[in-house]
Amino acid sequence: MNCDFTRTVLHGYLDGELDATRAAEFEHHLETCRECTTALGSEESLRSSLQRTGLYENAPVGLRTKIRASLDAATTSPARIRIPAWRWFAVAATILVIASVSWFSWQRPGKDNASAAPFTVAEIIDAHVRSLQPGHLTDVASTDQHTVKPWFDGKLAFVPPVKDFADEGFPLIGGRLDVLGGQNVAALVYSRRKHIINVFVMPTKEPDTPIHPPGLRQGYQWRHWRRQGMEYCAVSDVSDSDIYELAQLIYQ
Amino acid sequence: MSGSDQGKGVDVLDAQDRARFEQLVLPHLDAAFNLSRWLLKSRADSEDVAQEAMLRAYRFFRGFHGGDARAWLLQIVRNTCYTWLEKNRPVELMTEFDEELHPQPSVSPETLAIAGSNRERLARALETLPPRFREVLVLRELEGCSYKEIASITAIPIGTVMSALARARQRLQRALTLPSPQEASREL
Repeated sequence: MNCDFTRTVLHGYLDGELDATRAAEFEHHLETCRECTTALGSEESLRSSLQRTGLYENAPVGLRTKIRASLDAATTSPARIRIPAWRWFAVAATILVIASVSWFSWQRPGKDNASAAPFTVAEIIDAHVRSLQPGHLTDVASTDQHTVKPWFDGKLAFVPPVKDFADEGFPLIGGRLDVLGGQNVAALVYSRRKHIINVFVMPTKEPDTPIHPPGLRQGYQWRHWRRQGMEYCAVSDVSDSDIYELAQLIYQ
Repeated sequence: MSGSDQGKGVDVLDAQDRARFEQLVLPHLDAAFNLSRWLLKSRADSEDVAQEAMLRAYRFFRGFHGGDARAWLLQIVRNTCYTWLEKNRPVELMTEFDEELHPQPSVSPETLAIAGSNRERLARALETLPPRFREVLVLRELEGCSYKEIASITAIPIGTVMSALARARQRLQRALTLPSPQEASREL
């Protein structure tokens, strides 16, 4: 066991990594060195074992899918950072345009050039949140629609339709005066499983609309519609399906 | 390809990068998984580490300027594996020592053929090797990497790849033909 070739050169030969001259030199050496011949045979045997016994382990099928998903996640979100500033302005402008268009169509689906929106989403949410503060919810606390409705009489220039929907799961708990967009409005207060739904009512000259798709902001949802000269907006932290259900009851 | 993937800025990738990565790097997922599986000796851990390495490769993809995508990826996989081992199994890395190549009696090809024909036995023997020997064997014999590729993946000088392989093979032969203590006691 004193053949220097065995130590390393044999491995270069085995791996086909020797240059032609050194390979020829080693082959010449093999003719006379039994030790190297045996060692080479052993190494070849070991190699074929390593390659034939199925040691290579492929990635599990699901891993590729998982990785693709994480790559997608790493692509879409940071990609926005690359958007140059001017594009941001374009994006902002587009959003603004879309927002105002939706706002105006939200306000009136007709294309008439009527007056500006009577209130904003922020005002509705503010009014709703304000109403939840202690002592602010109702000016008249009554589950009786025949008490609430007359209460508004004389306080507003219009008479809001007031109905109790206790049987349907939306008991009326009262009403109050509120101000939206500088205009006095009636706020009808309904409860739904200990949650409060404010329904703002004000007169309008605009034509009827169906109940518009829901809006969502700061965890509050709202539905808006117009019916028989009245503008309605129901807002709450309950689910949209509940708001929609109440909106449909009022709409009828 | 030289150096580690660390310390460079993290790139922000767009859809075009994503498509290039899919085409050039993702096809080498099996290679990435196989290397990490043998370095970590666990399929479950390798899934996590291979995924992490793939994501890291993606983040540094802008630093890949063509060439051997597999070697580039495997370099990152290897680094990720060692980081993982340092954190989770530091003892495994500490038991390593650079051993001189000791003359040993040649094991006959026949003996090796018999010992090596059993997959479990071969896998166990391979797993007893220190990671730095294991990785050159896996890269050479299972992945079919050239010395140049092995050098770039493992960050060892190309001139020492041959001797590293020589040592690794000698150790594997020994591990394969000398029964482990557990095996010896089982056979009693």
